[in-house]
Amino acid sequence: MNIDKQARYLPSHEWVRPEGGLYVCGISDHAQEALGDVVYVDLPEVGTIFAKGAVFGVVESVKAASDLYLPLSGEIVEVNALLNQGPEQVNKDPYGKGWIVKIRASKAGEWESLLDPAAYGELS
Amino acid sequence: MDEDLKRTRLYDWHATHGGRMVPFAGWELPVRYDPGVLEEHRLVRRSVGLFDIDHMGQFTVTGPGAASFLQTMVTSDVASLEVGQSRYGLLCRPTGRIVDDVFVYRRPADWFVVVNASNRAKDFSWLTDHAAGCQVVLSDVSDATYMVAVQGPRALELLKPLTDVPLDTLPRFGALTARIAGVEAFVGRTGYTGEDGVELFFSADQAVHLWETLLASGQERGIEVGPIGLGARDSLRFEPGYSLYGHEIDEETTPLEAGLGWACALDKDFVGRDALLAQKAAGLTKKLVGFELTEGGIPREGCVVTAPDGTPVGRVVAGLYAPTLDKACGHAFVSPEFSAPGTPLAIVIRDKPKTAVVVRRPLYKRSPL
Repeated sequence: MNIDKQARYLPSHEWVRPEGGLYVCGISDHAQEALGDVVYVDLPEVGTIFAKGAVFGVVESVKAASDLYLPLSGEIVEVNALLNQGPEQVNKDPYGKGWIVKIRASKAGEWESLLDPAAYGELS
Repeated sequence: MDEDLKRTRLYDWHATHGGRMVPFAGWELPVRYDPGVLEEHRLVRRSVGLFDIDHMGQFTVTGPGAASFLQTMVTSDVASLEVGQSRYGLLCRPTGRIVDDVFVYRRPADWFVVVNASNRAKDFSWLTDHAAGCQVVLSDVSDATYMVAVQGPRALELLKPLTDVPLDTLPRFGALTARIAGVEAFVGRTGYTGEDGVELFFSADQAVHLWETLLASGQERGIEVGPIGLGARDSLRFEPGYSLYGHEIDEETTPLEAGLGWACALDKDFVGRDALLAQKAAGLTKKLVGFELTEGGIPREGCVVTAPDGTPVGRVVAGLYAPTLDKACGHAFVSPEFSAPGTPLAIVIRDKPKTAVVVRRPLYKRSPL
């Protein structure tokens, strides 16, 4: 199983990574493997504001629907429109082309409270 | 895993070849292998896949009363079958509601009935309860009988050098006995995928040998072949519109409601016929339809179906991403006035109505050979 060393994680298998002043978020390699083929991603509206831990979307796999939890409080500033035509990117490249949303974080200290790669590796 | 779950003779093979084992109908079976559900589905549509379906039940019926007994118990006209033919049918309660769907094969020395794993005990006692005085002997031969399906456009090409019987001359629903890779097998040109192919019944102790021989033979000859899990089995049966017990059919549903009137010979006497005739005369109150979502989302079993104005009109019984069609689709029971192809509907997915349209079933038909 692949773990992105630059990212931090929720126990529910979302990852988040700082990038150009924003945070990019997706689901981990472990999560995509457990879900199986992803066939649809229900993306939030750009501009929506969520608290940390809120359900911001849904990943539908051939097996089931799984809620997506936001790792950091903030505003959704971009969604990965590529997933509308190619949801399989979540399986193929979970830390790259399969990213799901970009967040403008609104609360200091939340990033530090997330699981680091070593802690997430032990969990998953 | 639950220790009460049964394992097929191929369990170790699945577990050591990437099979993700899950509980299903009292068995521990692979839901998928490494390639995943979508790729397994596509493999069957373009080449050939193998299905370990040993969990299915098989009964034999013998005795001078066998033909007339089955003719009374099964909705379709099975008494007219000749040796080497098979037919789909249903077992119904006197109310017309469905006990199970079955495949009946007529063989030289007996009648062979294939039933769903989840209904095996129920079906056997239902049949036994009606057998008194009918001069028949019923046997549940499921444990000794292995069942493997070989399905896909290249299925017969895969089998050809492994048998001395020309299987390609066997008509659809035809059946015969053949040696396959040295194993005596009862072979039906039947299946549950909408593709060409066969279902093999043979002695359970030959399961690993036959399975591995089929895979190796395909590999040697450049015929793409792989094992197929339950996930793809479901999407493969959905696209051509086959019913799955517990979804499109169950003890709450009649064949007429489920679009299976074609499998009911209402001109002969069978258990449930009177109720079906009465239902036909009175008109249906619900009807099975196929639908496609026309906006993003995946419908799931249990989702409420509404008219475009939000009035509830039915419920989804199967919903999925259909790989060959590349669409989110499903089956639903709806009020008959909403059942015509082209009728707009909404499917409520996690409290959000998503637009959908009724489509003609089956959603998928393979191109002619």
